[in-house]
Amino acid sequence: MRQDHLITATQLSRADIEAVLDRAAEIDADPGAVADRCQEAVLALCFFEPSTRTKMSFETAIKRLGGATTDMGTVESSSVKKGESLADTVRVVEGYADALVLRHPSEGAAKMAAEFVDVPVINAGDGAGQHPSQTLLDLYTIRDNVGLDDLSIGIMGDLKYGRTVHSLAEALTNFDVRQHFISPESLKLPRSVRFDLHNSGAQLREHTDLDEVLPELDVLYVTRIQRERFPDETEYEQIAGEYQIDADTVAAAGDDLAVMHPLPRVDEIDPAVDALPEATYFEQAHNGVPVRMALLDSLLAEGSL
Amino acid sequence: MSDRELRVAKIRNGTVIDHVTGGQALNVLSILGIDGSEGLGVSVGMNVPSDRLGRKDVVKVEDRELSQSEVDVISLIAPEATINIIRDYEVVEKNRVDRPESVIGLLSCPNRNCITNANEPVETRFDVVDEGVRCTYCGTIIREALATHIDPE
Repeated sequence: MRQDHLITATQLSRADIEAVLDRAAEIDADPGAVADRCQEAVLALCFFEPSTRTKMSFETAIKRLGGATTDMGTVESSSVKKGESLADTVRVVEGYADALVLRHPSEGAAKMAAEFVDVPVINAGDGAGQHPSQTLLDLYTIRDNVGLDDLSIGIMGDLKYGRTVHSLAEALTNFDVRQHFISPESLKLPRSVRFDLHNSGAQLREHTDLDEVLPELDVLYVTRIQRERFPDETEYEQIAGEYQIDADTVAAAGDDLAVMHPLPRVDEIDPAVDALPEATYFEQAHNGVPVRMALLDSLLAEGSL
Repeated sequence: MSDRELRVAKIRNGTVIDHVTGGQALNVLSILGIDGSEGLGVSVGMNVPSDRLGRKDVVKVEDRELSQSEVDVISLIAPEATINIIRDYEVVEKNRVDRPESVIGLLSCPNRNCITNANEPVETRFDVVDEGVRCTYCGTIIREALATHIDPE
């Protein structure tokens, strides 16, 4: 189906996802072939929250397609500081750019922005909502390592507020995937995500203990449990400690586990895991470039997803 | 009919909303944006005995014929409601309420972090789903006590 924006993972069919991943693989194999696909295109970067990977990989992606960026800068240095609404900001910025990448602290921000502008909007994170371009690179990484069907994936950590989790879980319902959600009680999946997963017929189970399910996993997707989610420091340290992994965790898993993380990590993956063949999180971060190139190529050069 | 029997008078022209779930009449008026300041004659009967519902509320609005789209929203809190259009004391039209596909600008999203609560120039929009209503923007689902989310503005 023709789509002008990328707002949520639920809008993506299996065919949509596979088209982007196939294109990303082609680009990855021969990046020079697309060096002028988006010549003269300008991508606006509107980041109302900090970002390293998402922002830089979008920037690299458009440059490798022959385009350029215009960057709103930080909220502190922009007219948002003067009280400008998001609706006004995006209507101004669409006059400067051919597409808009938006990260915003409010859920639904990208959906609303897309209603105010005619250029494509890519949701690069809306509060605790969605982060669909991250999902595409996650799926690319999973497909590359273990394939996307007949798969058991464990998604662990902050499932309540983790936008990468919400998007990934919803996108995975397009494939033959058993999803295991591992978290403390207080950070379980929100009702709205369960609703979508249930409607999509997802195969899901919930756990509070990773050991229950570790041996049967092909992929373990770890996310950060944030300190500010807990009322006190002691509770945070006690709970977060139960959801950290190290080399022993990896050893206790089945063969060929792929350990993923959207990054940044703090201490939920011990650095000793980095050198193990199971660690795929830096590869995952690098995949952001070809996948976002494929996405921008579709939206800008082809005109739709 | 004596005064003892007559709880709510007949109206000449307007709309009678009957079979409203007991206790929901004021919320029905709130949904319709009627607070008395319009100068319309409004009569409300609450917890009136009903064969079908046990007890029901009745709302009569004089000199205003409500459109189907206006009344459909009532179905969210009063699914059994019937709408009677009255002209010259006669019922000229009688309809049941239907569940609407969406509810626009009526409810506020309980998610404080939703973009619709961020002083943006956007109306709230909820899709009607099996479990209740769902914010089109942030996905938050309201299952119960819908009337408590009616935006007073």
